[in-house]
Amino acid sequence: MWNSFNTDAKLSITAGITTYAAGGGDEIHAYVARPQADGPLPGIVLVHHLPGWDEFYQEFAERLARHGYTVICPDLYCRFGHGTPDDVAAKVRAQGGVHDDSVVADCEAALRWLQAQPSASGKVGIIGSCSGGRHALLAASRIRGFSAVVDLWGGGVVMSPDQLTPARPVAPIDYTKDLEAPLLGLFGNDDQAPSPDQVDRHEAELKKHGKSYEFHRYDGAGHGFFYYHTPMYRPQQAMDGWGKVFGFFEKHLQG
Amino acid sequence: MCTAICETTAIRGFGRGQRGWFPVTQATVAFDHTSHGEAEHALLLDFANYDLGTDARVALELDLASGRALLERLRAALEAAEATGLPG
Repeated sequence: MWNSFNTDAKLSITAGITTYAAGGGDEIHAYVARPQADGPLPGIVLVHHLPGWDEFYQEFAERLARHGYTVICPDLYCRFGHGTPDDVAAKVRAQGGVHDDSVVADCEAALRWLQAQPSASGKVGIIGSCSGGRHALLAASRIRGFSAVVDLWGGGVVMSPDQLTPARPVAPIDYTKDLEAPLLGLFGNDDQAPSPDQVDRHEAELKKHGKSYEFHRYDGAGHGFFYYHTPMYRPQQAMDGWGKVFGFFEKHLQG
Repeated sequence: MCTAICETTAIRGFGRGQRGWFPVTQATVAFDHTSHGEAEHALLLDFANYDLGTDARVALELDLASGRALLERLRAALEAAEATGLPG
């Protein structure tokens, strides 16, 4: 849980930008945060959101690392060029978005990178918010090897045919039967992407296929309620949600 | 993208951004998450030339009412401009 460390614990993390061999063997940037400990340590692939590989995600990685995880957050937009996160995200948007296959390949490579670390326990989870929640679910459905997946208000899990694009050709809900990892989903009931109805449809599909999942839906919250840098932030719902995330990863990655 | 609402068009003109005036070649109109606004979603307008770099961009985030007002005034100004017969 958050804020539950002993004050005499020798807690320390390291964090910074590195490169790794991602999808197609491309060397792309990743933000890596890890505890300074011998291990064995579980790993987490952190999938950034639509607004880009930004400062929020660097802090997100560090928070997870302080709770005992080696975290790699690939720059999924790295191949589009560099600049401020806002500018790069705008360029990606203008070009139709990053292709789902590209994201899945980068996440698979990140999974292998984590498993190859000398300190690795072998267990790896994946988490993301917004488009990153959708991508985390998509990657966990299409790749074997994840022990847990967390979807934070991922929009576009349920898609109508007219919402499919060349970059997003398949709705992640259509891969539900292939999902092996247990899923945690957190959603705001005032959100419209995903809407409560879309969350209902996703939950029905998970039940239909007998999948292991936990969904938690928050009143008084919309999209992005963890985002303390925006007006969407809802501190009570966010802190409860963080507790759910830590508890879920502890159960499935540290047990 | 969470909404997948995004339209692009080639344009010809100039914009003024961080690097001063530069030729713009592409406009993007989207409705999606804001980077700076107070709302969860907004109309996102970008006038850019990505051949010059990711910072060759003039960006706006508007609410939908502002987008409609802008569209009407743009149409009115275009019609008035074309009525003059002046080249543009």
